[in-house]
Amino acid sequence: MHTSSRRCFRHFSVRIAVLLALLGFAVTSWRRAEAQQEPPYFVTYSSVMEEPGNLEIENQNISAAPKNARAFFAPTVEFEYGITAWWTAEAYVQGQATQFDSSMFTGFRFESRFRPLPHEYWINPVIYVEYEDVNAGDKSFLEVTGNTSIATLAVPNALLRKEVERSLEEKLILSSNVKGWNLSENFISEKALNESEAWEFGYALAASRPLSLKGSAKECTFCRQNFAAGVEFFGGLGTSDSFGISRTEQYLAPTIALNTPRGLTYKFSPEFGLNDNSVGVLWRFGVSYEIQQFRDWFRRTK
Amino acid sequence: MKGRMVVLAALLGAWVVCFAAADGSWLKKVPQADRTRVNPFAGKPDAVAAGENLFRNNCAKCHGANAEGKGSRPSLKSERLAAATDGEIAWLIKNGQMYKGMPSWGGLPEQERWQIVTYLRSLNPPAEGGQK
Repeated sequence: MHTSSRRCFRHFSVRIAVLLALLGFAVTSWRRAEAQQEPPYFVTYSSVMEEPGNLEIENQNISAAPKNARAFFAPTVEFEYGITAWWTAEAYVQGQATQFDSSMFTGFRFESRFRPLPHEYWINPVIYVEYEDVNAGDKSFLEVTGNTSIATLAVPNALLRKEVERSLEEKLILSSNVKGWNLSENFISEKALNESEAWEFGYALAASRPLSLKGSAKECTFCRQNFAAGVEFFGGLGTSDSFGISRTEQYLAPTIALNTPRGLTYKFSPEFGLNDNSVGVLWRFGVSYEIQQFRDWFRRTK
Repeated sequence: MKGRMVVLAALLGAWVVCFAAADGSWLKKVPQADRTRVNPFAGKPDAVAAGENLFRNNCAKCHGANAEGKGSRPSLKSERLAAATDGEIAWLIKNGQMYKGMPSWGGLPEQERWQIVTYLRSLNPPAEGGQK
């Protein structure tokens, strides 16, 4: 029984990986689209917005084998669209597969990010508002808020899928670009709308830099300017009833990204748990593709 | 009747926004210190080539592969750009004109932004009598 479940889980993961690789190859061979200025973060947001009219499709996946719980694989697909230069909207759909258990759709999210100031400053604020409709089986780790623990990862999916939380999440994103470095800080608050729970808080901090600050005179895919490396530090800050980090998950994550000149971005990050409440290592990888001027598809004059 | 007026007003608003996007009003906002900044790559052929690559990667989707403009998004081969200083162009790339559709490119490293300026300058040689 266990052997067949393990085989099933492996097959599922392998199929997803092969599908992504094929998709990546197909898109890479398709046509020239382009790179971007986005930092290599998975959890932290910077002040970089989606360019107006562009649609970015991202698949990011997380996998882990937590102590005393079953291994899992959780894919998330994001659709990010630049409505204006100061307003970006995004929709997420997500799911997960747990070893020796089952796979399931865990929910969806809609969010908008607004840049309230018209120019570039030392610190650029962005306001983030998100509506979530996800069940307790969500293992996407798109953010960590409140008091959480890896013990919940041991609960069977059949129980987790029954508990659906609809919540509103707000973030204050602060981001600076200094001498090629991007420094970003996110302060997160979340309130369940369908349950009388306390406000939950969290944070994410990150720094990154391209490996080269100058563009190359030759077109290239693997030259240094197309790589960016950085580090993320994120976790919960408790709730309005019990503020603090003693019962929260905390992670430190080196991260690397390759922005290819064909509009594809690959990201990878091992995320290390820093306390007993956290998963030992979360393996995260993602691939995204930007459809340039998607809105022109619906315009007569291009 | 009321509905038609609303549609008309919306169309007029959209036209004004599109027209304003290319009106050069941004030039008045550039601080003097930025206006007079010197391009460290000025005239370097390598920087023109690098700037062209960066332009194709980041700007061509809106401004056209040869900077000729696309729809309401302005051409970057213009008398206005020829008359602008390198510092003014660099300021516009960094800050954008967010309420008129041009995003901020402050996330690109400064040297890459100067390389793009160098490429744009090669398309828009300074007006007679040099830059203002």
